[in-house]
Amino acid sequence: MSFEGLPQGSGAKEKSFKESLYLWEVLRGLGVTLRHLVRNIFHTGEMPTMQYPEEKRVYSDRFRGRHRLTKREDGSPRCVACQMCSTVCPADCITIVAAEHPDVEIEKYPDSFEIDLLRCVYCGLCEEACPCDAIRMDTGIYEIAADSREKFVVDKDFLLNNTTDGTR
Amino acid sequence: MTIVWESLAKIGFMFALIMGMVVVLIWMERKGAAYIQDRTGPNRAAILGIRLAGLVHPVADVFKLLFKEDITPDGRHRALYNLAPWLVMTIALSTYAVVPFGDFLTVAGRQVPLVVADLDVGLLFILAIASLGTYGVVMAGWAANNKFTFLGGVRATAQMISYEINMGLALMGLILVFASLRITDITAGQADLLWGWLPKWGVVVQPLGFILFLVSVFAETNRNPFDLPEVESEIVAGYHLEYSSMKFALFFMAEYAHMVIGAALIATLYFGGYQIPWLPRPALEAHAGTLLTVKLVAVALVSLLIALLFMRRVQREKGKFGDARDREPVLGMGLWLVVAVAAAGALLLKPWAIGPAGASVFASLAQVGAFLVKLVFFAWLFIWVRWTLPRFRYDQLMRLGWKVMLPLGLANLVVTALVVALV
Repeated sequence: MSFEGLPQGSGAKEKSFKESLYLWEVLRGLGVTLRHLVRNIFHTGEMPTMQYPEEKRVYSDRFRGRHRLTKREDGSPRCVACQMCSTVCPADCITIVAAEHPDVEIEKYPDSFEIDLLRCVYCGLCEEACPCDAIRMDTGIYEIAADSREKFVVDKDFLLNNTTDGTR
Repeated sequence: MTIVWESLAKIGFMFALIMGMVVVLIWMERKGAAYIQDRTGPNRAAILGIRLAGLVHPVADVFKLLFKEDITPDGRHRALYNLAPWLVMTIALSTYAVVPFGDFLTVAGRQVPLVVADLDVGLLFILAIASLGTYGVVMAGWAANNKFTFLGGVRATAQMISYEINMGLALMGLILVFASLRITDITAGQADLLWGWLPKWGVVVQPLGFILFLVSVFAETNRNPFDLPEVESEIVAGYHLEYSSMKFALFFMAEYAHMVIGAALIATLYFGGYQIPWLPRPALEAHAGTLLTVKLVAVALVSLLIALLFMRRVQREKGKFGDARDREPVLGMGLWLVVAVAAAGALLLKPWAIGPAGASVFASLAQVGAFLVKLVFFAWLFIWVRWTLPRFRYDQLMRLGWKVMLPLGLANLVVTALVVALV
């Protein structure tokens, strides 16, 4: 195997005598870090760090957060249990059990509507597939935490009552 | 009998100094690293809302490590595995016995030398003990029965052998110049002035030797850029990989204790130890009154300034957190105001008319203070370098040790010997 034509390592570069001593370069490096240190000591407030639980990043309106189910004017779910979202879902995280709706014009409603938030990949395809604008990901919630796997499977009531301000 | 109590008091002081410095260094490391990298660093742990800019974090860490489960590998060599952390820590601490932290302190008419053991062969003692520290590392690496820890131990050995020689050669030049192996003699010899204006510090008479010694100390303490026994990118955590809870904490503390001893050695051997440049002890005692007054005024003014800075924070951050942390600037301001008032109040005791006994004590304390300032600076240098330089590759490390530093050390020794013989 020949190494011709491969890029040469940094060792191939000719070093001047001053560079080959390294000491001067080390001192210059120390100068760089000292500059950062002194600047940050006297301008602590200008650091880009966000103090997370107190300060939170503001995402754009199009940010896909935790799902919510929208409601009709009477407070019942808009969802008609057509299974479009669970069909299109690439992570297969939506489980819908349909039931017959008393109103003949609506035909069906979800008896149970469960999303496994651990399986969800937050792609937003369910939003796009929905013909009734019943599922949305506009809550802005990205702090999705629980202390057991079971708690990540959220049900219809939970999804209906998700807030939209992203503060939960 | 008094000598026993004296020694115990000095050992206690040294132990408290090292342990206090370890805590402060861990804080400096984390906060300094954060500020160098434009981060804010630890600022969460608090006692009643007092965060001390992150100084509470080491305390919280100690409690966490004390209560953590001690997980041990199955195939370990039980005795050596348990012995290794204690060995590392004990050896790291015992080096301090020969480092003088001051000249002498007059207590009840007796002059107490401020060094635990003033050995004739102090430098040899340091070289011997410093290389013993690697035994703990090798034992830890081998006894844990893990390939990564073993590699770490082997690396530590090879590195120690390579750099111990350079350290010895660098120190040889110093021994020739000051004609003594006793560390107190070397420190006392650095009080003189060269040509009437330059302090005769080790770094002035042995500049090349200083650089060689500095690099060797970095290698001996396993600090970046020479932290190859514990590189996380190559061998996970190196020799202390299989240790957890308090045993790991001992290794961690030993690393910082090594840094403190390294800093103390650099300060003592090459930067005059406890000597204040241009202010030798007789001058300190003669002008004790003036110096003390100036010092008190300076302390009062500086603490007043800090209190004012805190007052700005009080105004700016009113109700920022909405919990106990809001009290922090107020307490800080109060504390520094108390210090300022105390320093100003001490002026009422007429410090400019201090007696000869007081002047002697003042001179001793001022020299201990000078030593501590140098110690903290060089300890900070270790941290500063760690967050500046990238790590060596292992072959680069060996090349530097054997092909660059060894010839330079030999040349330095020959030139020094010639100059000493001729002058």
